[in-house]
Amino acid sequence: MSILTVQLFASYAEAFGGPTLKIPLESGATVADLVRRIRSLPGGRSLPPSPRVAVNRKLAAPDQLIRKDDEIAVIPPVAGG
Amino acid sequence: MKRAAIVERAIDPGALIAEVQSPEFGAISLFVGTVRDVNDGRTVTALDYSAYVAMAESELAAILDEAEVNFGIGAVAIEHRIGALELGDVSVAVAAAHAHRRPAIECTRFVIEEIKSRVPIWKLEHYTDGAREWVDPIRVSGEATA
Repeated sequence: MSILTVQLFASYAEAFGGPTLKIPLESGATVADLVRRIRSLPGGRSLPPSPRVAVNRKLAAPDQLIRKDDEIAVIPPVAGG
Repeated sequence: MKRAAIVERAIDPGALIAEVQSPEFGAISLFVGTVRDVNDGRTVTALDYSAYVAMAESELAAILDEAEVNFGIGAVAIEHRIGALELGDVSVAVAAAHAHRRPAIECTRFVIEEIKSRVPIWKLEHYTDGAREWVDPIRVSGEATA
């Protein structure tokens, strides 16, 4: 079990009341496991079932394994330009 | 040369043109995105742009590499601004230079479309009635804002 810091931005940061979340995660957990954990928190339903998640600044597939030192961010729909 | 940056100051499109200009290039294409006063039928008074800067800069660098491969492009410079912007302010500028016009024009179009679809940047719109909303291009009907 390790505590993961997850970065949030824009509408997701507002939904959870801050720019980061601390999420306990078992070893062997995947991106999908992390999303399920976040969606079970208060405000979690503002996240779609399969939001974009970046691991070490690259978009990650739901089955990607998460390591304890990974840089994790949940990415709302982007709107640059 | 290739350069991309997220900036927190005004963008000078002329400076980007000067940056890519070289005697070997016969064409420079420039795209400039500015803050528009209406989105999805609502009157916009101002915008706040924010970004996941580390990832945005790595995605911009990847887009530059793809542009070089796809268009054999000679020089490209990209700046995207974040922070509080007013109506008419330049939010993004892309300058691409090539020996010939077609690759230069196609490159600027490629770069801005890729920015809009994959670079982690968000905008919070403020409206005349005091309301505010995060722009979601998937939800908004019609063409997304530029």
